Amino acid sequence: MFYREVGEFKTSYPQDSESFAIGLDKYGYYFILIIAFGIIPFLVNDYWANAVFVPFLVWAVASLGLNILTGHCGQISLGTGGFMAVGAYSCYKLMTSFPDLNIIFCIIISGVITAAVGILFGIPSLRIKGFYLAVATLASQFFLVWLFNRVPWFYNYSASGQISTPERSVFGVLVTGPNVQPWAQYLICLLFAFGLAWGARNLTRGSLGRSWMATRDMDIAAEIIGVNLLKAKLSAFAISSFYIGIAGALFFSVYLGAVEATEAFGINQSFLVLFMIIIGGLGSILGSFIGAAFMVLFPVLLKNILVGWWQWDAAIATHLEFISVGILIIVFLIFEPHGLAQLWRLLKQKLRLWPYPH
Amino acid sequence: MNETEVTDKVDTLMDIKKVTLRFGGVKALSDVSFNIKESEIRAIIGPNGAGKSSMLNVINGFYTPQEGEIWFQGKRRPKLKPHQIAYQRIARTFQNIALFEGMTVLDNMMTGRMIYMKSGLLPQLLWWGKAEREETENRMIVERIIDFLEIQHIRKTPVGMLPYGLQKRVELGRALAAEPKLLLLDEPMAGMNNEEKEDMCRFILDVNEELGTSIALIEHDMGVVMDLADRVVVIDHGEKIADGLPDQVRNDQNVIDAYLGVAH
Ligand SMILES: Nc1ncnc2c1ncn2[C@@H]1O[C@H](COP(=O)(O)OP(=O)(O)O)[C@@H](O)[C@H]1O
Ligand SMILES: [Mg+2]
Repeated sequence: MFYREVGEFKTSYPQDSESFAIGLDKYGYYFILIIAFGIIPFLVNDYWANAVFVPFLVWAVASLGLNILTGHCGQISLGTGGFMAVGAYSCYKLMTSFPDLNIIFCIIISGVITAAVGILFGIPSLRIKGFYLAVATLASQFFLVWLFNRVPWFYNYSASGQISTPERSVFGVLVTGPNVQPWAQYLICLLFAFGLAWGARNLTRGSLGRSWMATRDMDIAAEIIGVNLLKAKLSAFAISSFYIGIAGALFFSVYLGAVEATEAFGINQSFLVLFMIIIGGLGSILGSFIGAAFMVLFPVLLKNILVGWWQWDAAIATHLEFISVGILIIVFLIFEPHGLAQLWRLLKQKLRLWPYPH
Repeated sequence: MNETEVTDKVDTLMDIKKVTLRFGGVKALSDVSFNIKESEIRAIIGPNGAGKSSMLNVINGFYTPQEGEIWFQGKRRPKLKPHQIAYQRIARTFQNIALFEGMTVLDNMMTGRMIYMKSGLLPQLLWWGKAEREETENRMIVERIIDFLEIQHIRKTPVGMLPYGLQKRVELGRALAAEPKLLLLDEPMAGMNNEEKEDMCRFILDVNEELGTSIALIEHDMGVVMDLADRVVVIDHGEKIADGLPDQVRNDQNVIDAYLGVAH
C-alpha cells in the first residue's frame, strides 16, 4: 500500500536507468546517508567505532571488490587476504617513504598498486576456470603473505616483523595512529566506502559492467558479441583488486594501526569476504554492505547474548558462530545465491502489491 | 560444384572458398564453398551432424578452418578472434540458446551493442559525459528493436525466467542490437509451436526487407525454408551436395537421397 510506484512515470531513458527506481527507495537511501554522515559521527564512541562501524565499512569495501570479480564477472578468488596485504604494505611503504604525501593519496595509490598485482595474478583466469582458478588464487594468497613476511624491506626491517602506522592527518584531523578519534576513523572509512560504492554502481550498470556479466553468464556468446574476454577478465581483476587494496590499506592504517601479515591477512580473511558476498548477495552492491554488516555484527551479537547475558563459555559461543555461519552459507548457496539482498528485493516486491496479491 | 552462381563481386557480401575443418580425424567440413549476397536470405540445410553449425562457427571465427578462405565485403579475411569479427558487424544466435541468464532482457540487448560502446573507464566510473550520453543513445536503438519484436512487457525481466519461445526471440533481439550486416541464425525456430514460428518468420522477413540485412539461416522445417530463403545450400556429411534456388534444391536427387538416408 505504501511502497508503490503509483504516480511515478519515467519520461526518459536516463531516468529509467537511475539507481533507485522507486521514490521510496531513494528516500530510504538519503535517510541512511543523513544518518551515516550527519548523526553517527557525533554519537560514535570507541567501542562502536572499533567493534562495529569501522570494521563494517572496511569489510564492505573489500566485499564490493570481491563482488565485482566473483559476483559480476564470475571469477572465483580466494586471494582476497593476500590482495588486502598488498594494499596494507603499499600504504605502509608509501607513508614511511613519503611522509609528506597526504594519507588519502597513499590509500588510493595503494589501491592502484594492488590493481597492478591483481592483473598479474589474474592472468591464469584467461586459461582456467572455476575450481582451478580458485586454487590458483589460493596460491597467490599464500605467496603474497609469505612474501611480506619474508622480505624485511616490506616491514622496514622492524624487529617484530609488524608494520605500524605513523600518525597522519587530513585537514588537520588525525586519522591514523594511536591517538586517532573514533569519529575520524569512522568518517574516513565512510567516505571511501561511499565513494567506492557509488563508483561500483556506475561501473556495473554501464558497458564495462555488462561485459563482466556477459563473461560470467555465457563467455562464448559474450565473445561473439564483441566482448574481449581478456580485457573483461583482467579489468575485473584490476578494479576488484583496487577496491580490495584500499580495504587493506584502511584496515591497516585506520582500523588496526599495526598488523602482521599472517595474522591480519591470512586465508581466513579470504573466506570471510567470500562468505560476506555469498550471504549478502552475489553481484549486488547492496548485498556487499548487507553481507559485511552481517558477518561483522553476527559474532558481536552472538557474543553479547550468549556470553554476556546467558553466561555461556566464550569458546562454545565461538564454535556456535562457526557452525551457524557454515549452515547459512550452505542454505544461501542452495536456495538463494543472490543472498539477503535478494530476499530484501522479494520482500519489496510483495510490499508493492500488498494488500492485493495480484 | 555449381560455379555458375559465383559471383558478381559487387553484391557478394561473403564468399566462403573451399573451407575444410577437421576435429582430429573427423572432417566436419570438407572443401565447402558458397557465397552470401547482399540482402539475401541464404538457407543452410542438411541432416543432423552435417556440419551446418560448424559452418557458422567458422564464419564468426569460433573455429579456424585448416584450409580455405573467407572473403567478406570483397576482402580476404585474415585470422581474427571472434570478438574482432563482431566489429565487422556479423551477429548470430545459437542452436542452444546462449543468453546471459542472470541479466534482464534489456541488459542482454544492451550488451548486444557492445561494439558501439566506446567510453572509457573514468567516464563510466563517474557516470558522466560520454558514458551517460552513450547509454541513452544506445538505449534508444535497443528500444526500437524491443518495439519491433513486441517484447516491451518483459524488458526488465531476467531472461532465465522467460519461456523458451520468448528466449529465442530475445536472442534474436540481442543479435539485431548489433545492427548486423550479416546475421547468422542457427535453428531459430527449433522447438517452437506454429504461432511462435510464424512470428519468427515474420521478424526474419521484416529484418531482411526493411533493413536489408543478409541472413544465413539454418532451419530444418522445409516449409519455412521454401518460404523464406532466396537461395539454399545443402550440406551432408560435411560436403556441399547442392546449391541453388529453393525449388531447384528441393527436386535435386542428391538432396532427396541425403534426407532419405540413401548411401552414396
Ligand atoms: N568442437 C567440436 N569438437 C569435435 N567435434 C565437433 C565439434 N563441433 C562439431 N563437431 C562435429 O562436427 C560434426 C558437425 O557438427 P555440427 O556442425 O554441429 O552439425 P549440424 O549443426 O549440421 O547438426 C559432427 O560430427 C560433430 O560431432
Ligand atoms: Mg547444428
